[in-house]
Amino acid sequence: MGAELIRMTAAELGSAIAAGQVSAVQAAEAYLDRVALAEPEVNAFLHVDRETTLAQARAVDERRAAGEDLGPLAGVPVAHKDVFTTTDMPTTAASRILEGYRPPYDATVTARLREAGLVVLGKTNMDEFAMGSSTENSAFGPTRNPWDASRVPGGSSGGSSAAVAAFEAPLATGTDTGGSIRQPAAVCGLVGAKPTYGGSSRYGLIAFASSLDTPGPFARNVLDAALLQEAFSGHDPRDSTSIDAPVPPVAEAARRADVAGLRVGVVKELSGEGYQAGVLTRFQESVELLESMGAKVVEVSCPSFDTALAAYYLIAPSECSSNLARFDAMRYGLRTGDDGTRSAEEVMALTRAEGFGPEVKRRIILGTYALSSGYYDAYYGSAQQVRTLIKRDFEAAFEGVDVLVSPTAPTTAFPLGERTGDPMAMYLADLCTIPTNLAGNAALSVPCGLAPEDGLPVGLQVMAPAMADDRAYRVGAAVEAALRDRSGADFLSGSPYAV
Amino acid sequence: MSAITRDEVAHLARLSRLALNEDELDHLAAQLDEIISAVAKVQQAAEGDIPPSSHALPLANVHRPDEARPGLTPEQALAAAPAVEDQRFRVPQILGEEE
Repeated sequence: MGAELIRMTAAELGSAIAAGQVSAVQAAEAYLDRVALAEPEVNAFLHVDRETTLAQARAVDERRAAGEDLGPLAGVPVAHKDVFTTTDMPTTAASRILEGYRPPYDATVTARLREAGLVVLGKTNMDEFAMGSSTENSAFGPTRNPWDASRVPGGSSGGSSAAVAAFEAPLATGTDTGGSIRQPAAVCGLVGAKPTYGGSSRYGLIAFASSLDTPGPFARNVLDAALLQEAFSGHDPRDSTSIDAPVPPVAEAARRADVAGLRVGVVKELSGEGYQAGVLTRFQESVELLESMGAKVVEVSCPSFDTALAAYYLIAPSECSSNLARFDAMRYGLRTGDDGTRSAEEVMALTRAEGFGPEVKRRIILGTYALSSGYYDAYYGSAQQVRTLIKRDFEAAFEGVDVLVSPTAPTTAFPLGERTGDPMAMYLADLCTIPTNLAGNAALSVPCGLAPEDGLPVGLQVMAPAMADDRAYRVGAAVEAALRDRSGADFLSGSPYAV
Repeated sequence: MSAITRDEVAHLARLSRLALNEDELDHLAAQLDEIISAVAKVQQAAEGDIPPSSHALPLANVHRPDEARPGLTPEQALAAAPAVEDQRFRVPQILGEEE
């Protein structure tokens, strides 16, 4: 029965639980057993606690038995990126400075999924404070890609992507600041979405770059991702940048899955030199597929996208240098060197030097430089102007097309250790995803095949205007259905971890 | 673009309260120089009269109603503190001898 439960989609599992064919406890047990089996190789989780998970599952079964009206995912397990606060599990952001930290409150995302009856399997590994594209910046060891254990699972939400791809969880949460959901989803063969900025709440999310950070879903198919996104989205008075408007109908769009008459723009700047040949091959095929399904495809130019990566690596470090000032060794987290002779300032500097890893230090220093008097206008100021140009490029493009498409990442999953010594090479992994974060609109990555040269997953990125997330889901679902019809199997059935 | 010196990195580390060691300072000076040279292209792209965007949404100040709401208890607030004394956060000496 275990394998049968794990093979189900989250939507099917939720229906089976609602119909009384399966209990939430049985679903949790099946997944906990699977976690125990896969973790020695994959290392997707930072924290798993069987008893806490089973207690949550029992509570959901009791709520249902008491006649409570629960949502479509009630009883379905979920894994949370370790950047969302949870009162019943530690929250570390994969940093030594927060090792063992127990937050006093739940993030809105975790609270809403609790309320909807989802059962938390554990907290997943990530790049420290979500800074990275490979999960190698975790203070607690790297996560491995279930398709090929010698390769990275992407990042920063690489624990979440690896957990779902290894069938250790049907669903997972992540955060996307420059591509940290879409890129790991692409390289692990999953669906991952970055909702419209302000569509999902940042309350209780440990901040990296507040004007960019966006919580979003991971799933093995488009409908499951849509159901998860709907379950945690919507206005939150505790987040001042939360949008007070109805949640885009993403589940309905995922079921509709039709692109007839839809105008699709191929972004000229997100292609060409520096892109892996097999990625471009699969991307081109999916564009032709969309055309064959009745979409109207045109090429669109967004010239300022060429400067997006540069602007991002000024804006994100600037915001991070300010946000991470809160780790001061005074109120929570690590404190070292407090021997009675040192001042608070000295203790603070020693604690931060010991508690933060190399990438976090690099970005704090970079951000401090970009915000320094004398350099502010030249760096942070110019980057903010580029941000305006990128928004204008999107606005102009969406006057002529309904969605934009590109590869999600320039390459498939790269080998562990390949880019750790070269920050600029690592940063290039987010080349295609960053423009959407800077403009704040919605985007989704959906698998579009395996690269012929290495047999690894390739992602198609679909970008939509702000609060039109449903358009990206519509296109993603259409591509998913067409590829399933063509191959006769679900995408992950080709993975070594297929159940 | 002028190269970033080791002394500049040491100054930035002091501003950001990071007690970096000698190796880290050397390493970061070289890396920062490479990164800054790469991202400096924003200056050419941003030439002309372009308003800056600090944010994706056109939001001004957002206020909540001024109503009392339950908050954390002192026990909850202090639960993760490195050191506690008399229901307060105990911190190292803040003022120097000369102050």
